Amino acid sequence: MELADIAIKFGLIIIIFLISLVVAMYSTYAERKIAAFFQDRIGPNRAGPFGILQPLADGAKMFMKEEIIPTNATPFLFIVGPSLAILTACIGSAVIPWGQDLVIGGKVIPLQVTDINVGILYIFGVVSLGVYGVMIGGWASNNKYSLLGAIRAASQNISYEISMGLSIIALLLVTGTLSLGEIAQQQHGWHWNVIYQPVGFILFLVCAFAETNRTPFDLPECETELVGGYHTEYSSMKLGFYLFAEYINMFISSAVMATLYWGGYNYPGMDWVTAHVGPVIGPLIGTAVFFVKIFGFIFFFMWVRWTIPRFRYDQLMDLGWKILIPLAIANIVVTGIVITLFN
Amino acid sequence: MESLSNKKKQLKVKPLNFWERAYLPAIVSGLAITMKHFFKKPVTIAYPDVKREFSENYRGLHSLKRDENGAERCTACGLCALSCPAEAITMQAAERQKGEENLYREEKYAAVYEINMLRCIFCGLCEEACPKEAIYLDGDIVQSDYLRKDFIYGKDKLVEAPLNQ
Repeated sequence: MELADIAIKFGLIIIIFLISLVVAMYSTYAERKIAAFFQDRIGPNRAGPFGILQPLADGAKMFMKEEIIPTNATPFLFIVGPSLAILTACIGSAVIPWGQDLVIGGKVIPLQVTDINVGILYIFGVVSLGVYGVMIGGWASNNKYSLLGAIRAASQNISYEISMGLSIIALLLVTGTLSLGEIAQQQHGWHWNVIYQPVGFILFLVCAFAETNRTPFDLPECETELVGGYHTEYSSMKLGFYLFAEYINMFISSAVMATLYWGGYNYPGMDWVTAHVGPVIGPLIGTAVFFVKIFGFIFFFMWVRWTIPRFRYDQLMDLGWKILIPLAIANIVVTGIVITLFN
Repeated sequence: MESLSNKKKQLKVKPLNFWERAYLPAIVSGLAITMKHFFKKPVTIAYPDVKREFSENYRGLHSLKRDENGAERCTACGLCALSCPAEAITMQAAERQKGEENLYREEKYAAVYEINMLRCIFCGLCEEACPKEAIYLDGDIVQSDYLRKDFIYGKDKLVEAPLNQ
């Protein structure tokens, strides 16, 4: 690998990192604004025009707050918890194909940090690491509510990872590859996987809600029962990291869903557009389309939050084990039969 | 047991059918309802910038009135203080001196007139008790403040602005 390639990769990593942080930052603003609109309110509008500087104000507030480590907490693990949460949230973006290869001056620049051939497994690994941040934080707090929240998070993530994995297996039968880059390429034009795998997509969507701890699966931070859940004892920017990690997770899982099921950077008529605007602008339009899809999913996450109330814990487990897993297995069987019969 | 009022209604809980148990149709209709609200006009009134219109008989901040010549109507009879259920009003009377006829309408006037806005319940009984039509609760919402002592409003805040000045 040449030095120039390394520089390009490095720049790409920084750009993606910044984009995910900025998107997460403005997700907090969007969440408050969208929540307000769904409740016939106005939402934050004091900091800057339309409250556009609200995330900065929130961030400044978080940094100014007193940093409390409870006397009986385990100090090292107490700090490791939120760090791990935000670290695992950030590294998931490495395998996501953000767009087609750019060709600038005869040089091919891939808009994907690394196209490892087990991209989906990498995502799964990172997602399952994410629960360690919550678990360690809840344990280190030395508070029974935090611990209960952390245990809930762990058991919920384990339960829903199974049906998530099973719904992916059906998708892999269709695509025949684990590489996210190839999966995105296969969905060229309008051949999006959601057309072939609608049940699989719904399963994956439900599991994504559960994995990101979003309503209706936000039991780990269930205020009515657990005070604040796993981050009860956290204050200052350590709390900010936990909240931030949730929004980055939401962004990454939206990107994964868009890549796996909704065609990633592909859109109908993309060949015609690329032929007309050239090999630089064309892929960039694809990237813009990809981001529109991601923002659509983020909006959907927030939309659902203000529609569906939280599950009871036994209902959550019922849904995960008794409905989603059998449905996912049935989906695999049906997909397998159809593929065997028609290929 | 038979119902005494005959108004008792037997409710039957129907078992859910397949589509109701499948969650998804119900979730979709719920999403449709929330989406309707997304495009509704917000009901918020951004208070300090925009003010809700008060009703005709809204009872707000008190004002001590002047007569048509600009003299204070209050004669410090103390009926308002007597009628006040919250005991929010205190006053000290003084005698009108020569040459002050344009300032005070009667021979006696309130040298000090204080209303504790933290005690006041805005019932309007002082307004009803006043024989001189000197006090009316026709003002705005009482402003918020930091110290208790700043809620005791004296004549400087209560008396109407002088005429033609």
